[in-house]
Amino acid sequence: MSNTTLIDNENLLEIRNLKTYYPVKGGFFRRTIGNVKAVDDVSFEIKKGETLGLVGESGCGKSTTGRTIIRLLNATDGEILFEGKDITKLRGKTLQAIRQDIQMVFQDPYASLNPMQMVGDIVSEPIRNFKNVSMNDLKDEVMDLLTKVGLPEDAYYKYAHEFSGGQRQRIGIARALALRPKLIIADEPVSALDVSVQSQVLNLLKQLQKEFDLTFLFIAHDLSVVKHMSDRIGVMYLGNMVEIAERNSMYAEPLHPYTQALISAIPMPDPRRKKERIVLEGDVPSPLNPPTGCPFHPRCPAAMAECSQVKSALKEVKPGHRVACHLY
Amino acid sequence: MANPNLAGNTSGSLDVHGINTSRDTMLGIMARKFFKNKLAVFGGVFLIVIITAAILAPVIAPYSPSKQNLLLKLQPPNSEHWLGTDRFGRDVFSRLLYGARISLLVGFASVLGSITIGTFLGAVAGYVGGIVDAMIMRFVDVILSIPSIFLLITLVTIFKPGVDKLILIFALLGWTTTARLVRGEFLSLRTREFVLASKTIGTKTMTIIFSHILPNAMGPIIVSATLAVGYVILAESGLSYLGLGIQPPHASWGNMLQDAQNFTILLKSWWYPLAPGLMILMTVICFNFVGDGLRDALDPKINE
Repeated sequence: MSNTTLIDNENLLEIRNLKTYYPVKGGFFRRTIGNVKAVDDVSFEIKKGETLGLVGESGCGKSTTGRTIIRLLNATDGEILFEGKDITKLRGKTLQAIRQDIQMVFQDPYASLNPMQMVGDIVSEPIRNFKNVSMNDLKDEVMDLLTKVGLPEDAYYKYAHEFSGGQRQRIGIARALALRPKLIIADEPVSALDVSVQSQVLNLLKQLQKEFDLTFLFIAHDLSVVKHMSDRIGVMYLGNMVEIAERNSMYAEPLHPYTQALISAIPMPDPRRKKERIVLEGDVPSPLNPPTGCPFHPRCPAAMAECSQVKSALKEVKPGHRVACHLY
Repeated sequence: MANPNLAGNTSGSLDVHGINTSRDTMLGIMARKFFKNKLAVFGGVFLIVIITAAILAPVIAPYSPSKQNLLLKLQPPNSEHWLGTDRFGRDVFSRLLYGARISLLVGFASVLGSITIGTFLGAVAGYVGGIVDAMIMRFVDVILSIPSIFLLITLVTIFKPGVDKLILIFALLGWTTTARLVRGEFLSLRTREFVLASKTIGTKTMTIIFSHILPNAMGPIIVSATLAVGYVILAESGLSYLGLGIQPPHASWGNMLQDAQNFTILLKSWWYPLAPGLMILMTVICFNFVGDGLRDALDPKINE
């Protein structure tokens, strides 16, 4: 599909042909001897106010995509358009400015908070970085944020290790909210939490989304979590976006054989339902040396001759439902 | 927004929110943890006594450290000379006090220097990485590949030994292990999510290095510093023992030991070598105890 059709004023974020490669160095002079193609030509867009879920098994490049968008990693190629502005190559002050609009919630709440800082300092740091606020206003604002994410105010003077995983993730969310960003990249925000706590944090995110008009890029590997959270869902496999669709369309009628296999693996809380689980053969190939053609063809139950030759582009099969597969 | 029932609100002032604003809670926790460690407290008290005694040496010392009295040589401990006299009839207790000044000064000053250099270079190497890292660390390898005792002896013979030169030499040779340690800490800390998070919230690189990463690397740095003070005191004693450190008639624990290095003295006047020997041993051990205690106290993950 051509890029021009993606241009839409409603799009908060547009990713065009994004590539992020990790160079592999080796040999005596540490030359680049190969590239791990963590993200290989991915395009998608996120509309204002929606949640785009990004799923895929570990190592498929979903976290790398998120980290490239927030500019923790540099894109090898492609464009990241935020509100129509190319932020792919921003440096220095202009990059700092864009940081106010895009924030991140990290996966591991035990690693994402500085153990030597008080919660108040952690949450107020983004504000202190960008604004000159008096000590009292700052404190008011932080207390307000802490209340909003469901933490007691006395959390201000405590340290991260005094909190449980779920509470720590709330602190991380408060920090991400502090600058009133437009886009929040949530990189597996609940996968490190107990199941009982997961839903609380997910519902908090949904509630904050309404309250602050947030747009989410929600990265996860848990399909039921993604289903609960997302308006649209993108499925990644080996650095490629293989299918992207509205949530209901995706779950009701997955098109790509990989998505079909993933969705068939969701456990159903119904013992009478006969499960027809599609079991994939083989392992995920190395992104250092991905297969030719469609990256999924060595494991695909429906692979055809051309699949090993030509990589299919994402094409719109149904309204709003795009898939990269030669079957369609 | 007042919230009256807050845990741990026993001291400090209350702000408009009714919340304890005392920012020393972290220090308070650390101090409590440190004081629970009996060995560390013992080491700390011992070191404070020695340091105070060294500072007050001119007041405390009953005799001049260089006043000889050959009629009273090699006296056993008695009421006039608490630790006896040496082979020139000098008061061992007084010399021990003045020796402590030299030994501790050399230890603290050179470790302060080497820790500063090592932390800075290690932090830069670990955070920046790439070619800068490679150059700094290869330089460290070169320095570490030279047997330090030979280098020390060579340098000391080229530059006439004196307290200032000893400090400089120890500082310039001792930073390598700190640099390695700090680099390692930075390498592992810079990819931690809280460091990534501080990048995404727009924190400046220098702030990230010095207020996010460094405080988390402080534990190992302080421990290695306390251990290094012990090591330098030992090394200075060793050099003085070889006659290359502090020169007589100035007293240092090392050259007092050297002075006692005589078979007759060792057999008949055992108290004379015992005094400086015990001081070296106790001081080094106490620095180790304090180092261990500090490491546990500084790590917020280790509970009280």
